[in-house]
Amino acid sequence: MTQLLLFNVTNGLIIGAFYVLMALGLSLILNLSNVINFAHGGFLVVGGYIAYTITPYLGFWGALLVAPPLTAVLGLAIERALIRPLYGRDPLYSLLLTFGLAFIFEDMTRFIWGAQGLPVTIPAFLAQPLSSEFFFITGYRLFMVGMVIVSVTLLFVLLRYTRLGIRIRAGTLDLETVSALGVNVRMLRSLNFAVGIFLAGLSGVLAAGQLGLEPTMGAGLLMPSFIAIIVGGVGSLTGTLLGGLLIGVASGVTAVYFPSASEAVMYVLMAVVLLIRPRGLLGEEGMLT
Amino acid sequence: MTGGEGARKLIALGAIWAALLLAPYWMPPLGGYTALGTRVLVLGLAAMSVNFLLGFTGVLSFGHAAYFGLGAYGAGLALKFLAPSTPLSLICGMLVGGIAGAILGALIVRRRGVYFAMVTIAFGQVFYYIAFQWSSVTGGDDGLRGFSRRPLDFGAFSVDILSNAESFYYFVLFCFALAAAAMGFVLRSPFGRTMIAIRENERRARFLGIPVERHIWIAFTLSCFFIGFAGALYALLNNFADPKGLHYSQSGDFVIMAVMGGMRSFWGPLLGAAVFVILQDYLSSITVNWMSFIGLLFVFVVLFFPRGLLGAIRRKVQA
Repeated sequence: MTQLLLFNVTNGLIIGAFYVLMALGLSLILNLSNVINFAHGGFLVVGGYIAYTITPYLGFWGALLVAPPLTAVLGLAIERALIRPLYGRDPLYSLLLTFGLAFIFEDMTRFIWGAQGLPVTIPAFLAQPLSSEFFFITGYRLFMVGMVIVSVTLLFVLLRYTRLGIRIRAGTLDLETVSALGVNVRMLRSLNFAVGIFLAGLSGVLAAGQLGLEPTMGAGLLMPSFIAIIVGGVGSLTGTLLGGLLIGVASGVTAVYFPSASEAVMYVLMAVVLLIRPRGLLGEEGMLT
Repeated sequence: MTGGEGARKLIALGAIWAALLLAPYWMPPLGGYTALGTRVLVLGLAAMSVNFLLGFTGVLSFGHAAYFGLGAYGAGLALKFLAPSTPLSLICGMLVGGIAGAILGALIVRRRGVYFAMVTIAFGQVFYYIAFQWSSVTGGDDGLRGFSRRPLDFGAFSVDILSNAESFYYFVLFCFALAAAAMGFVLRSPFGRTMIAIRENERRARFLGIPVERHIWIAFTLSCFFIGFAGALYALLNNFADPKGLHYSQSGDFVIMAVMGGMRSFWGPLLGAAVFVILQDYLSSITVNWMSFIGLLFVFVVLFFPRGLLGAIRRKVQA
């Protein structure tokens, strides 16, 4: 029983780490540009498929290095061409636009790579379980968690100590003032968008190694990321981090006792948080309400 | 309002109703079929319900498919387990959608803007998972089957709406007219005017002493009753309730119908629904990549027709 519980908690933490990576990107874009990026799951899938396509040439490590920036470049192009004209308009429009993009992404990945799930080969030494008793802790899972920790740390360092990061955070609080101080807000939004999409691409590559690839996998990861943001509190990246881990573990633990509710428990958690603390766990009062 | 504008409105209204009443006669020669017209009416009513909130209160709900789907399941379960009565199933569907909306609405209304949209999406998905997982009652992924609409029994005579597509169309048109009249009545009432005041300037409305949250909650609940009713009609149309009808992508379809037709006008969403349904029907018959084309339609509408078809026409007329 302990082993089963441990197995599911670990699973929950790993899934939660994915939600975190995905939700942090969404959160960055939402906080600065007021855009709910419905296509985020689509970018994740594209990142995974790009990795799949270049793995035969560059190997797994090369793909891990190259696929996320390529996804970010695609994101940058889409932001410039389609989303930029919508800043300052009702958020409804960017929501609808990215919603349509999500359709296009899903359909095009199916068109290009086929509807069948594709396996992604990971290096053999990562696929081994680390001990026979805790068979579920494979090297790859540890590696994934390590990657998530490293990238989240790097993101927070970027936001806290670099000029770009400080501007992003300032822009989240008051974009008008930041613009008045002479910061190129268009550029800031583009770079911020690219960082968010980079994270989506990275989660795509990592997820592909664990779960394989399917055109619909992005849509499945999108909703938990939304919930992670709402539970953690809109406007707070630390909150998003906490929210993602929380719902991951909650659904992992529920999977032990009541498997069919493992998805529903996230929504229950969200309802409880909204009842008791409408702004979310770490959300600031007055932000985006 | 000038006399000319009033007359123009009356003519437009007459034209809309004439087109709807005569649809079974003019649609088939143009390559349509009656059931397609029924679908437009039902989904149009759903889009109008979404627009009741989106266009007239200015609140972005992106999770209305949940209440639509709940209406469908409510009607289906009532027909299957309660009593084989078409009117009863419609009432059940409407109540299920509306009551769920009233309860969740209370949790949601304090949020605004994008946050409101996110919370409505996420809560909408709850019902999708319930319908998906609770297969002993809902049929799970396969959907709810094993029920069909019943003939309308008026004692002296009965109307066969099951096998006769045209009588069913007129039955749905009758229901549509009732719902549209109710919606129009609310929008013309002082309450409806207050909704528009909140849309135009929420802060000012608040300063005037209007309890904004309560008004939004009532508007949200009403629109859930309307869309639950539409969902019940949808279940009767298909003799089937599908978990996809609860999914957020269905909500997206409703919102794009409203935006494409024209959010600021009462009839816009119906026009949007007509264009959307016909386009989807046509595209899925000619290409497997219809999803991409629907996606492109979203992008196209947002970038080039943000005011919708009626909004664009109105601008032309006024210019």
